[in-house]
Amino acid sequence: MRRTVVPVFTVVGFLLAFWYAAAVWLNAPWAYNKAQRAGESLSFSQVVADTWSQKKPKLPAPHQVAREVWETTAQKAVTSKRSLIYHAGVTLSATLLGFVLGTGLGILLAVGIVYNRTMDMSVMPWVIASQTIPILAIAPMIIVVLNAVGISGLLPKAMISMYLSFFPVVVGMVKGLRSPEAMQLDQMRTWHASRGQTFWKLRLPSSMPYLFTSLKIAMAASLVGAIVGELPTGAVAGLGARLLAGSYYGQTVQIWSALVMAAVLAACLVGIIGLLQRVMLRRMGMS
Amino acid sequence: MGWIVFALAAWALGWLLNVWLARQPVTWWSSLAAPVIFGLTLLAVWEGVVRGFEINQVLLPAPTAIAARIGSSADLLWADFAQTVLKGALSGYVIGCGAAFLIAVAVDRFPFLQRGLLPVGNFVAALPVIGMAPILVMWFGFDWQSKAAVVVVMVFFPMLVNTVQGLQAADAMQKDLMRTYAAGYWRTLLKLRLPAAMPFIFNGLKIGTTLALIGAIVAEFFGSPIVGMGFRISTSVGQLTLDLVWAEIFVAALAGSAFYGVMALVEQRVTFWHPSQRN
Repeated sequence: MRRTVVPVFTVVGFLLAFWYAAAVWLNAPWAYNKAQRAGESLSFSQVVADTWSQKKPKLPAPHQVAREVWETTAQKAVTSKRSLIYHAGVTLSATLLGFVLGTGLGILLAVGIVYNRTMDMSVMPWVIASQTIPILAIAPMIIVVLNAVGISGLLPKAMISMYLSFFPVVVGMVKGLRSPEAMQLDQMRTWHASRGQTFWKLRLPSSMPYLFTSLKIAMAASLVGAIVGELPTGAVAGLGARLLAGSYYGQTVQIWSALVMAAVLAACLVGIIGLLQRVMLRRMGMS
Repeated sequence: MGWIVFALAAWALGWLLNVWLARQPVTWWSSLAAPVIFGLTLLAVWEGVVRGFEINQVLLPAPTAIAARIGSSADLLWADFAQTVLKGALSGYVIGCGAAFLIAVAVDRFPFLQRGLLPVGNFVAALPVIGMAPILVMWFGFDWQSKAAVVVVMVFFPMLVNTVQGLQAADAMQKDLMRTYAAGYWRTLLKLRLPAAMPFIFNGLKIGTTLALIGAIVAEFFGSPIVGMGFRISTSVGQLTLDLVWAEIFVAALAGSAFYGVMALVEQRVTFWHPSQRN
């Protein structure tokens, strides 16, 4: 444990120092500009103090972002439209719905591909090709079209999340369902197990490690899908909307705090799956 | 009604053909033909459904309409392609992957940094990095430089993590052998550790191909000159000329597949020794 904790903190500390230095470098021109117009000259320490406390800095310093995050999470009512938790909740609901749909679709496709040779030959290449389409790029269109058909709200965003998250699940599950060795499959046959029994008692349990690894990737992808899905809805609610609104009005601190919130959300979601994985695999005796 | 029957018939025919193909012994042409037939079937069903149910062209254009559009505005599509893919995505991809590779090799000499960087890199690779797009557009302006910057940020961490992992792939026995040959650090790196890392490096490069396209296109939503695939998609959606949007999607899919395909081909040539490449 200590072998990784110290290096990780060193790297994170180094990144923070780099961030502060970059904030000085990027924000200094504005500070000098302001001082010149006021007819003052700045000492170096004044410049540094100014660059770390500007209202609309090019790059806000970490403590400014931290304060903004604190003010918009802890000090606002959760139902308020200015609360980051409210926006994160909107994004989270789309993410989870998309994740569940994507995982379901992925597992179904994987079962079909493993049990049906025709599907294996004809569908599998398209599953791979489907990911070379930059789906995020057509997210706006999907949302507009679904709106026109009368589907609005959560589902269009969830569809984009679904499209991004089904792929890792299909690939992982196909690998996982095929992971039992020939010897084990033969054993099932000597026991006269039906296809259903082979699936439930051998293939599905042995695919679990693969499934959880895929679920982590799928969850991260699903969050990205939900955030991008919020961009074209006109910045109503959600972390993506905060990003867009922040970029329209030059509110860099708001953009960064939305980014931090998205990072925390991603870390929590992936962490929960990791925890589930540890518990589940231990109970199945596979860890 | 006729078109719906056409769609159903196309589906049945395509499926039967593929079932028949699957029963035949596998050759290279049958493993190529099956997905092609499946794709053509989907297109035929799409065409049949759009015409049969008389779906508004504004909602879902038929494949033939999209093909006509691709033919009629080829110049426009090419200009967008050059702006987004050639200028934005490719330059960002080269810079990002190159920088990640060099840093990974440098970090590899210090186990302390390595242990610190891997978890952080893994964490960042799982983050919605695409959210950096508005900030980078603010910093680097509306032209392709900001798109390239977004691509750099997107491909950097997956590539870094994969390369660092790959450089650990050579096992102790092989390293000992290099030492008995009296090979120094650089020679061991060039002759043993980099070749052994290639499967991982190509994994990073392949993941990067789609990320690069996505990054370049999405970054254009936050501001761009009046050319580019992301710009065209967002404005055409506003004008409800969805056939042009689909034409852009087709170009994007083609570019994405070609990009990925080229990397996969290079991988096959470079890592011919790896078990996953032998059949």
